[in-house]
Amino acid sequence: MSDDARRAVERVARTSYGRLIALLAARGVGLAAAEDALAQALAAALRVWPTRGVPDLPDAWLLTAARRNLGHDRARRSTADAGVATMVLLDDERAAAAPIPFGPIPFGDERLKLMFVCAHPAIDPGSQPALMLQVVLGLDAATIAASFLVSPAAMGQRLVRAKAKIRDAGIGFVVPPATSIGERTAAVLQAIYAAYATGWEDAAATRPGLADEAMWLARLAVELLPENPEAAGLLALMLYCEARRAARRDPVGRFVPLDRQDTTAWDQAMIAEAEALLRTAARFARPGRFQLEAAIQSLHVMAATTAVPPGALIALYDRLIAVAPTVGAEIARAAALADSGAPAAALDRLDALAERAATHQPWWATRARVLHLLGNHPAAAVAAAKAVSLTDDAAIRAFVAGGGLFN
Amino acid sequence: MQYSLLYFETDTERSRRDTADAPAYWGAWTAYMGAMGAAGVMVGGNGLMPPATATTLRLSGATRHVEDGPFADTKEKLGGYVVIEVPDLDAALDWAAQAPCAGAGSVEVRPVMPPAA
Repeated sequence: MSDDARRAVERVARTSYGRLIALLAARGVGLAAAEDALAQALAAALRVWPTRGVPDLPDAWLLTAARRNLGHDRARRSTADAGVATMVLLDDERAAAAPIPFGPIPFGDERLKLMFVCAHPAIDPGSQPALMLQVVLGLDAATIAASFLVSPAAMGQRLVRAKAKIRDAGIGFVVPPATSIGERTAAVLQAIYAAYATGWEDAAATRPGLADEAMWLARLAVELLPENPEAAGLLALMLYCEARRAARRDPVGRFVPLDRQDTTAWDQAMIAEAEALLRTAARFARPGRFQLEAAIQSLHVMAATTAVPPGALIALYDRLIAVAPTVGAEIARAAALADSGAPAAALDRLDALAERAATHQPWWATRARVLHLLGNHPAAAVAAAKAVSLTDDAAIRAFVAGGGLFN
Repeated sequence: MQYSLLYFETDTERSRRDTADAPAYWGAWTAYMGAMGAAGVMVGGNGLMPPATATTLRLSGATRHVEDGPFADTKEKLGGYVVIEVPDLDAALDWAAQAPCAGAGSVEVRPVMPPAA
């Protein structure tokens, strides 16, 4: 019974954290106060649910408890700082009175609104996507750090600084005006993608539903931003990945690389939707990172049934790196180079990334394959061993350790 | 919440005070300050005399080091400041954006330290 209750608390914390924070912060209390109140409510649930049973509506229970905590906090403070209540009032007034150009933005969900708040230009742009992942989806600093290739300690610091800025600079929980939605979109889309990638790579399913949640946010972003081709590009990219999810493992759970996947296991409806989104986005003639990444996925899908000229993939990676020079894109380009018959050039590119990618599993895996193609088998084996040590995914470990990169 | 808006101007912008452009220069500031007053957000503030009138002091031990000029020789110099009372940073930024020097210099927006509890 008490284990059931604990699991129930964990489940609701996982699935509803962002939504509850958003609802609490929407009342003008600020992010830090909302997080404190929800933490107290979760602690109370851990105390109370094991003895009195799990409530029928766990979300509602937590929300009520957290709001009560906020009320107590505010009452405690009001003796010392009468300004807090006034500030909340002022906030409400402003929200009611502020004219929003071009009419109100129809935000479908408080979580997306919260993401746009985290993308305020007064917050360090490098911290914005990470902040969204923590505040909106409740990911911990270590998980976020892994997807942004920085140390957990550095990421923790960054998040603390960003939250302190929101609190101390008085960044309000208000829907940004239509005119500034565009500027903030890039950071919002990046965070949605990082959440999706974290969920996609999470084979152990420590965060079930994270990829679905990210898909859902991406759909919402497309609805909210019909004039933004990058939102459509992001959803297309995620659909291509999602379409192949089942084919990533064989029936006994072994990892299957892209070029050996059973294409009949790909979800054709998702692929068709992705292709349509990409075509719609292309009509704006404003290519960007996500449209290019989706185009690369589209090419992979096409290559499964049609002969694709080897230079096409590399050309797309060149364009991608020109707009978004990420380590991941550089590594993927090197892999494409190697597979198109230029492993020596690929090795040069990988060497150039050594400093930035030394703890990045794909860098070691690609390096192993490239060294193998160059006939340097001992060095290839060392790199493969390093790649094995850098992943927690048992299926990928087995694949690499079994020489999968060398076939 | 209280914010101070620190108005920085380029030399060119400030020199308009001393030319035939002076009425337009002062007119813009008067209108801007008037709008903040009418909106009821103004807590206080002042325009400052030009940086050439500034004197900077540093104390090392008991010795005063007094220098002619502002504390740092930068391209944009502090021309004045106000303190306003608004709900949040966005509201403060909206007022900052309307400052006459926002396009010919910059405006730094900083929360004022709340009184010690």
